[in-house]
Amino acid sequence: MPTDKTTAEAIRVMTICNACRYCEGHCAVFPAMERQTAFTKNNIEFLSNLCHQCGACYQHCQYADPHEFDINVPAVFEQARLESYTQFLWPAFMQPAVLNGSRFMATSLLVSISLFLLAVTEQAGVSHILAPQVNFYNLMPHSVMASIFSFAALAVVISWWMTLREYWHSISLPSPWSIGMASYSAAITSALTLKNLDGGHGDGCYESGESPSLWKRRFHHLVLIGFFLCFSATLVGTFYHYGLDVPAPYGWLTLPKILGVTGGIMLLVGCAGLFRTKQTTDHRLVSSDNGYGMSLTVLLFFTSLTGLGLPIAQGTGALGLLLAVHLGCVLALFLNFAWGKFTHGFFRLIALLADEHQKTQ
Amino acid sequence: MTSTDHFDVIVLGGGQAGLTAAITAAENGASVCILEVAPRAMRGGNTRHTRNLRPMHESGAFPMEGAYGFDEYLDDLLRVTGGETDHALAELTIRESEHAITWLQDHGVAFQPPLSGTLHLGRTNAFFLGGGKALVNSLYRFAANLGVHTVYEATNIDLNISGTRFIDLTYQQESNTHRISGHCLVAAAGGFEANLDWLEEAWGPAARNFLVRGTPYNKGNILRQLLDAEFKQVGDPDQCHAVAIDGRAPTYDGGIVSRVDSVPLGIVVNNAGKRFFDEGEDFWPKRYAIWGRLIAAQTDQIGYAITDAKADGLFMPTVLPPLKSKTIDGLAKQIDIPAAALLQTIDQFNAATISGSFNHQALDDCRTQDLLINKSHWARKIDTPPYSAYPLRPGITFTYLGVAVDNQARLQVGSGNACENIFAAGEVMAGNILGHGYLAGIGMTIGHVFGRIAGKEAAKHAH
Repeated sequence: MPTDKTTAEAIRVMTICNACRYCEGHCAVFPAMERQTAFTKNNIEFLSNLCHQCGACYQHCQYADPHEFDINVPAVFEQARLESYTQFLWPAFMQPAVLNGSRFMATSLLVSISLFLLAVTEQAGVSHILAPQVNFYNLMPHSVMASIFSFAALAVVISWWMTLREYWHSISLPSPWSIGMASYSAAITSALTLKNLDGGHGDGCYESGESPSLWKRRFHHLVLIGFFLCFSATLVGTFYHYGLDVPAPYGWLTLPKILGVTGGIMLLVGCAGLFRTKQTTDHRLVSSDNGYGMSLTVLLFFTSLTGLGLPIAQGTGALGLLLAVHLGCVLALFLNFAWGKFTHGFFRLIALLADEHQKTQ
Repeated sequence: MTSTDHFDVIVLGGGQAGLTAAITAAENGASVCILEVAPRAMRGGNTRHTRNLRPMHESGAFPMEGAYGFDEYLDDLLRVTGGETDHALAELTIRESEHAITWLQDHGVAFQPPLSGTLHLGRTNAFFLGGGKALVNSLYRFAANLGVHTVYEATNIDLNISGTRFIDLTYQQESNTHRISGHCLVAAAGGFEANLDWLEEAWGPAARNFLVRGTPYNKGNILRQLLDAEFKQVGDPDQCHAVAIDGRAPTYDGGIVSRVDSVPLGIVVNNAGKRFFDEGEDFWPKRYAIWGRLIAAQTDQIGYAITDAKADGLFMPTVLPPLKSKTIDGLAKQIDIPAAALLQTIDQFNAATISGSFNHQALDDCRTQDLLINKSHWARKIDTPPYSAYPLRPGITFTYLGVAVDNQARLQVGSGNACENIFAAGEVMAGNILGHGYLAGIGMTIGHVFGRIAGKEAAKHAH
């Protein structure tokens, strides 16, 4: 939950916005604001996670700085979101990971890569680590890889469950079974289409200034689709391995490879684009930047880069090192899933669901 | 002093009217310069605080809900102005307003369905997505792409007018003086509502207690120079659009959020604790504009809108909470008016209410009888604590005093001729059409229509 200071500022801002309402066509936040009978810590947790940080309301605000009201919804909501990601995070001892985003990412990368380097060296033998290799499983047996990541995935899912349960209750959502299918479907549609990044007119968001742009939305789509393709590649690969008894490596024209390579390229382009978007963001829209926001982009980028490098390195002496680095990136990414920026997707989805549910009440 | 730059058209004022004139002139081949007195972040004059205009339309296509034809529009305008309008210009404005939505959309402005809480305006008024500042940003962006040169913080503009002809001007920016000349001048720099000295000339000391709802930059510098140059005047200096707003709002620039909509749900007293007008005469959006003047006429230009708990939640939320008390006595102490007088007023009011079925969304039958000043609708006893009070002050939106124009937006000279190269658009000439009263969105409509006319005629004249 946001701190008293952030909550107080968000309530001050919402009170003025609710008396103005000029922005209600931009996104879901303002119609949702109008439905609240009073502003409290809990509905600030809801409204701030509904905000997609498109910047339209700030660029169009008659009360923005230098006006004495100094209204800046995106900045205060970003701060409130960051605080809600922190406060709800399970287990509590991981909460500093949010507040020290870059440090958490750097540490998890360093530790994960070192672990895999050690493991690969142990398996292949120090003298053979740089010998040309074709098969990953000579460097690290499939069973070891599968065990590590199954365990990591389990930890991620448990952490999500505990974190999001708290958030769900905090914003007063009823039991999942009592929410209508239509609300689920509308919320998922809004999340997948990033409806709230279209500015209300379809021309896009204003994070880098007064001109609307669709690029942030497009890059985010690339990342999301690329991520799903890579995830599918893994699932299909697992099926090939266990179901069909066809172990990796797979040829270029096999399904796992096609999905993985396409997804990997989309991730590279999408992440680079989002990184660029971040650099050009109007600094006034950002309340704090500790690298938390970019950590996921960076990890996804390097995971795909090293992943795409693997088939190219096949048969060379670089494969061993590259595999260790890639697996290290993937493990760091798993840590981000649980305790990093990745959770923003779920917070938003739940906020969108709460919005749709409130509309039906 | 730098060397003199020359433009075909110089536009004074970068609100909607000025931007529309500048864009139209540039699209007709003119080189254009806008001088905007405000800094970039506060540009756009009162347009920054607006949210809609009122276009005539026969179809009811998006964003409009239902048709609003010429005859009905003209009737509305004649009714609110009490006939104080130049008929030919009024008809011209209405006819030309039909193209406003398309023109604005073509120039990057987006529209949206009517905002919530805007009773009855969905059919007549087109709302800008994101409000007036979004419109201002779009038009500045479009103008810049056309090569229109904009100077911000251009202060102390000094016009050099020879006879009735504009020659050149000087302005100051960051303590440097610049001189620019132009074939034509478009005056679109608004009224003088932010000039408390000038308001005091017209209103007397009462003006010191007025709040200015809009931009602090409309000091009337250009209007004053044009009137001093003996161009023909329209309207009177003491005519202004003033509404009753929260007395605790900032002196300038409070805008829409300073509104208090609780008046029809209770009573309004002055600081002697007496009522002075029928609070339930009509729906608040149709009446708030007369309440500015009513409060301006009270001692110390202050009133108090008083309601009881039954009214809570029935009106638009306010930025500042009301003053509250469990007793009338306690409320009187908080707002510092004689408790005995307030108690007496409320007792008399309560005794005079006749029971009906209360409906705040219709002109209901809850009223008072046998009072000196009766309340026509929504009159319910003020008897349920806690009681609330909002202090009310006159909040001035715009002034009506302006310069007379013809159908080419040209200034008029006393002898009945038109000036060759000075045009006007927006609030500075709105008094030609709106000599009295108010119609939601009419100011922006006049600004749009005359902005386009002035831009086109100025570009034509410059070639």
